[in-house]
Amino acid sequence: MTSVDKQQPDPEPQVTSWSGWDAPSERWLLSGFPRDGRERAVLLELAARIVFPTVIVFSLYLLFAGHDRPGGGFSGGLVASQAFVLRYLAGGRMDDSARVSMRPPVLIGLGLAIAVVTGFLPLLFGGTVLESEILKFAVPVLGEIKLVTSIFLDIGVYLLIVGAVLDLLRTLGSGIEADAAAAEREGMR
Amino acid sequence: MPLLALVALHLLGAILLPTVAVRNTRAAFLVAAVLPAVGFGWIVMRLPAVLGGQPIDETLAWAPRLGLEFSFRLDPLAVVMGLLVTGIGALVLVYSAYYFGRGSGDARRSAPLLLAFAGAMLGLVLVDDLIALYVFWELTTICSFLLVGQAGISRESRRAALQALLLTTLGGLAMLLGFVVLGETAGTYRISELLAAPPSGPPVVVAGVLTLVGAFTKSAQIPFHNWLPAAMVAPTPISAYLHAASMVKAGVFLIARLGPIFVGVAAWTVPSVVLGLLTMIVCGWRALREYDLKKLLAYGTVSQLGFLVVLQGAETYVTIVAGLTMLLAHGLFKATLFLVVGIIDHQTGTRDVRELSGLGKRMPVLATIAGLAAASMAGVPPMLGFVGKEAAFEAFTEGGPLDQVVGVGLLVGSVFTVAYSLRLMWGAFATKPGIDATEASSPTWWLTIPALVPALFGLVLGPASPLVDSLVGPYAARFDVDDPTYYLALWHGFNLPLLYSLIALVGGILVHRSTTRLIEARESYPENPDFLNAQRGYERIMALLERTAVAVTGRTQAGSLPTYVGIILLTVLAIPGVALLAGAEIPTDAPLWHHPLQVPLAIAVLVAVVGVVRAQRRLTAVLMVGFIGYGIGGLFIVDGGPDLALAQFLVETLTLVAFVFVLRRLPIRFSQSDTASRVLRGQKMLVAVAGGVFVAAAAMIFSSARQAPPVASQEFIARAEDGAGATNIVNAILVDFRAFDTVGEIAVLSVAATGVASLIIASRFERRREAIRRKPASDDITDPADAVPEPKVTPYEQEVRE
Repeated sequence: MTSVDKQQPDPEPQVTSWSGWDAPSERWLLSGFPRDGRERAVLLELAARIVFPTVIVFSLYLLFAGHDRPGGGFSGGLVASQAFVLRYLAGGRMDDSARVSMRPPVLIGLGLAIAVVTGFLPLLFGGTVLESEILKFAVPVLGEIKLVTSIFLDIGVYLLIVGAVLDLLRTLGSGIEADAAAAEREGMR
Repeated sequence: MPLLALVALHLLGAILLPTVAVRNTRAAFLVAAVLPAVGFGWIVMRLPAVLGGQPIDETLAWAPRLGLEFSFRLDPLAVVMGLLVTGIGALVLVYSAYYFGRGSGDARRSAPLLLAFAGAMLGLVLVDDLIALYVFWELTTICSFLLVGQAGISRESRRAALQALLLTTLGGLAMLLGFVVLGETAGTYRISELLAAPPSGPPVVVAGVLTLVGAFTKSAQIPFHNWLPAAMVAPTPISAYLHAASMVKAGVFLIARLGPIFVGVAAWTVPSVVLGLLTMIVCGWRALREYDLKKLLAYGTVSQLGFLVVLQGAETYVTIVAGLTMLLAHGLFKATLFLVVGIIDHQTGTRDVRELSGLGKRMPVLATIAGLAAASMAGVPPMLGFVGKEAAFEAFTEGGPLDQVVGVGLLVGSVFTVAYSLRLMWGAFATKPGIDATEASSPTWWLTIPALVPALFGLVLGPASPLVDSLVGPYAARFDVDDPTYYLALWHGFNLPLLYSLIALVGGILVHRSTTRLIEARESYPENPDFLNAQRGYERIMALLERTAVAVTGRTQAGSLPTYVGIILLTVLAIPGVALLAGAEIPTDAPLWHHPLQVPLAIAVLVAVVGVVRAQRRLTAVLMVGFIGYGIGGLFIVDGGPDLALAQFLVETLTLVAFVFVLRRLPIRFSQSDTASRVLRGQKMLVAVAGGVFVAAAAMIFSSARQAPPVASQEFIARAEDGAGATNIVNAILVDFRAFDTVGEIAVLSVAATGVASLIIASRFERRREAIRRKPASDDITDPADAVPEPKVTPYEQEVRE
């Protein structure tokens, strides 16, 4: 898969002398490969910079709140992935953009692995598959914290959903975009 | 658990062996040879106890709730076959170390596979459970497929491997069916229990016939015999081990193993005897026509397997004694002969009778070894083959007229056996006029010794036949003892069997002398009619299968999304819909709404539905569908399902985004072809409305059918807090109560996501290549084929192109 991505003729980001001045200093906020000037929407970019981290935090809240309130790994993962969708829509393609870049298939596999491995873990302690344990411990400032081990299954689901959506963005999103750009260039030639 | 450990060690060794094989293939083969050798030694040590009536039993629970277990049992029959499998296995592995080119790909592949095969075969022999037997049975088939196919480079090897696989798994499936029938009838799948208390009645007859199909395909009986000569494309040590000494005997072994259950069942005995006899004679005759030494041996093997099937199928004390003796003898002489042919091929580069000449003088040792084995095959005293054949003749010369007929049939088969044994020796070693003496360097002792050992065994065990008698006797005693005074021996006095043996030898020599003329005479006749040609028949059936598959796929996979959806909806209407109409009561007391907010939401959804149907632009339609989704989500909120609503909103948003991604590259408006055909449009509308009505009605009727709060839900509610540590019951269900489902679903999701992504990337890659090939034409951006991201959307493509 990676090789395919690399073979695409990259649509050169339209570098002009002043193009870099508005790039975010924190690269994870936007991809750093801005769209063509005619396609950019400043308001959307600005909104994305503000909203992206907020939504990610919210998705984590959903993930952990799932036990007692609406939410859970599935919803959390969908929310997080929609933050990435927004980031893609505003900021352009996302390949290799983040500091910590992880290929979507890896993310999917990681999620599935976490879910399955933690599912089998109770067997080591004489439990049954996918059995969950409620752990309670006291933390000085926060008070008593309740940790249910089934959260790991939820974390797996979360990662897997994010991975699946990133895969979608990579293929249907930037993939089609790159195709279109390539076709356009060939047409102009 | 020594038996289990023995089998497991083989399989484990096969897994670890590639690490050795990568570095040094010769070492890999030699390391692999240790395990069968150890197994051989261990079985030899247990011989007195087992033959004295104390079989070794072992049981390991596999899936106890399903009643599946691995039971192993070393009994007198398993001992005979086990010695053959382990002994020949060790020899062949040593031979292979020096046969294969060092470090060649074939060697790297074959070493672990041969060991795995040895393990599977040993498991097949030792196992005491029908289902586990089937598992090992198919494992040997898979090993055979891989070993015959090797790198899969040549078309011939691929075809041969596939033919062997298809035929033997076909038989294997029939056999599995037979096993199930047998096991369910008897209430147990343990072979030892089945043997102790054989079931009876018509199901047993069915089970017997089905099991025989498996045995016949594996042991290459007519009409399934063709895969075995074809499988000779495999490297010779593999042919020697799999397709002569062990795997093809699995069928014979199975007939012997399950024989006591089917004593007196004509459907078991008659096909075995008739087809076995036919196979023995026809393939013995075929062997005379071959010029390739290996093909000659292959047909000889098939012929001998027919002989063995007759003996095992006849099911009397003497035939079983004869059968097991021949089983042993055949394993020994056929292994030697294959290995010798392998050496000839290795040293001279050919196995063609018409090119070899004068090898007997050049390689006297090899010729002697081959001579010993061929003598055993031909039934020359004092070889083991002679002792076995005498016993076989004895069994069929004493009974009624039918037995006599079979006896004469065996005699005819034996004449051919002698003839092709001579042909083999003549073909390989004789000095032929008109052919230059073949150049050959003498082989290394490492190749010669493995060929020598079984030949010597064949020679020694003939005079030592009381030993063989005590080996095969205990199992044969399970059968009708028609002649308890019979014992294996070289000399029974002047009697009919001895006469038969003489006739076979003399007849064989005569046939061999006139082979050339016989072949010429045969070739002046017209060819066999097609329906008698098994290979042609196999090819016909395969072609028919492929054509049918193409036709069915072509009809059912129309590649049109509307058709698929239509078929699904019609099926829903036809089956559950009719059931609903027939049996359901429509609730009369249902309120129009539970909550006033439902009314505006429902109206909004309905309006959006109309909007979707009337939309001209794709984007409009997609937005409307999204709107419907949000409306449904709103209904969830009103009904008090925040989790569901949240998921609904999120999924809807994501779907919308995905749609828009794809829509970027599709024409803005729907194509007009749909509106053109009013009839089609009407039909679609009808199906859609009927589907919708059904779903709505079903939802109402099913939800009203519930009389009391569901028990499961109450349990979930009661246990969520303490059991799962969650007050959100939906989440408790997802990650705890039904966590298994969740894991399954995410596994499906990951496969689907990866699959879709791969398809898109692959299709783009393909298009890119195409674009490079036809540069000038690649600029039409509007070509929908460029935009089609996944097969699901292909109908669009078609629509647009219209």
